[in-house]
Amino acid sequence: MIEVKNVYKSFGDKKVLEDVSAGFYRGKSNFIIGSSGSGKSVLMKCMVGLEQVTDGSILYENRDFTHLDYNAKKEIRKEIGMLFQGTALFDSLTVEQNVEFPIKMFSKMTPAERLDRVNFCLQRVNLSKVNHLYPSALSGGMKKRVGIARAIALNPQYLFCDEPNSGLDPLTSRVIDELIKEITIEFNITTIINTHDMKSVFDMGDNIIFIWQGKKWWEGTRKDIRASGNKELHDFMKAYDIENM
Amino acid sequence: MSFFYHFGRYILFIRGLFSKPEKFWVFRERMFQEMQSIGVGSIGIVTIISVFVGAVTTVQTAYQLVSGLVAKSIIGTIVSDSTMLELAPTITCLVLAGKIGSSIASEIGTMRVTEQIDALEIMGINSANYLVLPKILAGMIVIPMLIIIAIFLGISGGIIAGKMAGILPVEEFMKGARSTFKGFTVFFSCTKAVTFAFIITSVSAFQGFYTHGGALEVGQSSTRAVVYSAVLILFSDYILAQLLL
Ligand SMILES: Nc1ncnc2c1ncn2[C@@H]1O[C@H](COP(=O)(O)OP(=O)(O)O)[C@@H](O)[C@H]1O
Ligand SMILES: [Mg+2]
Repeated sequence: MIEVKNVYKSFGDKKVLEDVSAGFYRGKSNFIIGSSGSGKSVLMKCMVGLEQVTDGSILYENRDFTHLDYNAKKEIRKEIGMLFQGTALFDSLTVEQNVEFPIKMFSKMTPAERLDRVNFCLQRVNLSKVNHLYPSALSGGMKKRVGIARAIALNPQYLFCDEPNSGLDPLTSRVIDELIKEITIEFNITTIINTHDMKSVFDMGDNIIFIWQGKKWWEGTRKDIRASGNKELHDFMKAYDIENM
Repeated sequence: MSFFYHFGRYILFIRGLFSKPEKFWVFRERMFQEMQSIGVGSIGIVTIISVFVGAVTTVQTAYQLVSGLVAKSIIGTIVSDSTMLELAPTITCLVLAGKIGSSIASEIGTMRVTEQIDALEIMGINSANYLVLPKILAGMIVIPMLIIIAIFLGISGGIIAGKMAGILPVEEFMKGARSTFKGFTVFFSCTKAVTFAFIITSVSAFQGFYTHGGALEVGQSSTRAVVYSAVLILFSDYILAQLLL
């Protein structure tokens, strides 16, 4: 479980997050939702340590990540996999080398064992025959899959997905969602998904945090969301429903 | 004010490069790749520049020496000394600043804006150490080699031009070149080459590493990398001449 406790984040005078507290649970698809610019990505970056929180703390199974030194943080980072919004695949490396990369850096596997692991991960995301292609030759959906394969290469405890559906058509979006959900349950991972795609939220939101203007405005499950009685959340959903009629 | 801010950041950047690589063999592999791309990739341009610069220097030196009282062999002395002291290291490195500097800055800048550097950091890798240090070390090894080649080719260009234009025979040129040759001149040339190599690689990597934004900013970083490297090369050229000659 990851606990976010009273997190504040500002850039200069600009307050982006204010007093955000939330819990993210193992084996569940945890969602951070909110409109563009509400602070979802910043919250996620604070959680993984790409940004420093201004105040507050982040606990990974009671280990206070925010106050650890570089080497102790590195140990926790090895348990984290992340799927980036733009996939962030290394474009000088092939698909196979991309997925192999974390394994090469952090495990003592032989080249043959590494290749086995790479192929296992690629099969898990339903990709075959792309090992020797470069990311520039892949479609958006395939890139996301390679991103997921790389993120799970070292058996992470925590999987962060920043807008996994951005830039994908609705059909491919569902496939990626389904994949993330399966992997979460199959490997019992604490998955955190940051999105404004309400379809994903209704399909698989086990635990939902709604961020509005940098504050946590609502939390609950997909069952309570329609009946939440929260004005801003309803406005947010209504905008989505109109968009998708 | 702004100058000191950026200079301070540059110093911190350089200090941050030095940490133990995650895997030594991966680091070595990276370094060989960089040596290959910097070194082999630049031989063509270095050849063209040095041959022509040597040839032009010979023709122009002959033009300036109108007096019949000076022995023709002095042309060989002037051409070989100025090639070793200034033309080969400085002109070549100014051109390499354009070629290597812009490629380093845009490569690293692109990795920054497409979150590839974040992806490295998430995995627990010191991204500066992994990406930048191999480039700097490779540059400091390979660029001096290129400069040695440039010296040979520059002097050869001078000899050929001297003979073809009927200015002076090969033996006269060689006699002049040998008459004042000192090993220290070559050492001085290599000192310059190592210094310039460090400037080109580190300044360009710094510009790329702190790129914010998108494709436009990557272009700007790349331009700044070339301009700053060129100015710093000329500045340090003067300092080295003052200190060592
Ligand atoms: N590095 C930064 N410096 C300054 N402001 C930032 C930075 N990163 C994000 N912001 C600001 O924080 C706010 C929230 O951004 P973000 O978390 O990316 O939104 P989103 O919810 O769409 O992911 C935005 O107003 C953005 O401009
Ligand atoms: Mg975002």
